Amino acid sequence: MFLAIDLAFIIEKLVLIIIVVMGSLLIAMYATYAERKVAAVLQDRSGPNRAGPFGLLQPVADGMKLFFKEEIIPAFSSRFLFILGPGLAMITAIMTSAVIPWGNTVEFFGRTISLQIADVNIGILYIFGVVSMGVYGIMIGAWASNNKYALIGGLRAASQIISYELAMGISLIALLFLTGTLSLKEMVVQQQEGLWNVVKQPLGFFIFLICAFAECNRTPFDLPEAESELIGGYHTEYSSMKLGFYLFAEYINMFISSAVMATLFFGGYDVPFLDESTLAPNIAALIGIAALMFKIVCFIFLFMWVRWTVPRFRYDQLMHLGWRILIPLALFNMLLTGAVVLYFNK
Amino acid sequence: MGITTIIFMLLSLMAVGSAIMMLVTRNPVKSILWLIVVFFAISGHYIMLNAQFLAVVNIIVYAGAIMVLFLFVVMLMNLNADSEPTRNVRLQAVGILSGGSLLLIILSALMKDGGNNVVQMRIGDEGLISNLGKVLFTNYVLPFEIASVLFLSAMVGAVVIGKK
Repeated sequence: MFLAIDLAFIIEKLVLIIIVVMGSLLIAMYATYAERKVAAVLQDRSGPNRAGPFGLLQPVADGMKLFFKEEIIPAFSSRFLFILGPGLAMITAIMTSAVIPWGNTVEFFGRTISLQIADVNIGILYIFGVVSMGVYGIMIGAWASNNKYALIGGLRAASQIISYELAMGISLIALLFLTGTLSLKEMVVQQQEGLWNVVKQPLGFFIFLICAFAECNRTPFDLPEAESELIGGYHTEYSSMKLGFYLFAEYINMFISSAVMATLFFGGYDVPFLDESTLAPNIAALIGIAALMFKIVCFIFLFMWVRWTVPRFRYDQLMHLGWRILIPLALFNMLLTGAVVLYFNK
Repeated sequence: MGITTIIFMLLSLMAVGSAIMMLVTRNPVKSILWLIVVFFAISGHYIMLNAQFLAVVNIIVYAGAIMVLFLFVVMLMNLNADSEPTRNVRLQAVGILSGGSLLLIILSALMKDGGNNVVQMRIGDEGLISNLGKVLFTNYVLPFEIASVLFLSAMVGAVVIGKK
């Protein structure tokens, strides 16, 4: 057999990938609109309301504007790396969506299709791997800009993400003690049958949430692009759609990390007090997707709420919080969880 | 030639090619980026052996953390292709000689083995995380603990140096 490939399988996965990527892009697009609207509500303004009804076409107009803007690549910078930077940021942001279970199985044309692109048995580690790649997009772009402010922003991003990845990983280990699996799908199934993980791991969730803010470069941790000291941070030299990619990648990251948090701690596509097995599979899947989307929207709102409420940290405060508070707290949580698991599993 | 062999060839080509590029590139930052590509190719090999955990840890630790620190240092030191010193020709010759003899030794050791330890592609679950964990904490618990102590002492040492 030469190149034995199941064609239907490839098509099924391809369609799923296209839907998930397009969905992520669409949601990220409207997240920019939501961000401005939420900011407006919190600051007692009206926000964008000119393009279309309620300003709903605003993201389209913004995108068009970015496409038509003049593109400037600074002299003496590495042209290839300068273009690679935003591309990498975008790719890594989208790649994370591959292991998230967006819903249970649906049935089409007699085939049972899982609404998860890849159920690998290292699911959560895959997300960590891709997230740790995400920093390269920022660092490479910052270095290739050949600009001091951009470089400082890039270095800040790198050290911040490495510092908070540690606490995030340790808080996750405590969760893995309880679930005993790294597969996101199995975690959701466990939460459907029992309690949501946030009940068992409130401290772990809290640490994970803070680290997610830091990993997404969101306020109060948006030091890499602190405009009051670094002009534009790592994307100072960027213009046109390359700048758009950086800004857009942040919103996709926010969407994906909301999805991860909903899946890990809030039962994923599980609807509480509803027995999915009594419904037709397609309807149950639809309800599941809607439930997951609702949870994601709540998280995205939280991200925005915090951004427009809490001021930015100072850099030493950021490092202090990461290394002196969050990591010991996460270690303590891990020790406690380990002890409890050991005590009850005797 | 099945699809496994094709993917293996592509990954090997990618690994060796980018390793060579890493050596010949004069710009340190680009060198590091090539090294990251090498790590990706090696992770691809791990996945072909069904060692998913090893593959992803290789990405997280080497490509994700260590290379970021490399990049960090190189960017801070402001190394450029122009500031790279031209290497001594005699030194280069010695380097080629020693590297070549190391390759020869490895090759001869592998040839002598006669292909008894042929790896199995895509089958076997030794590389899955639960089996790996069991083996590490039963058969190899002493080396594992010694490695942990080594890591800890390295960490303490780094903190002590950093405090100076």
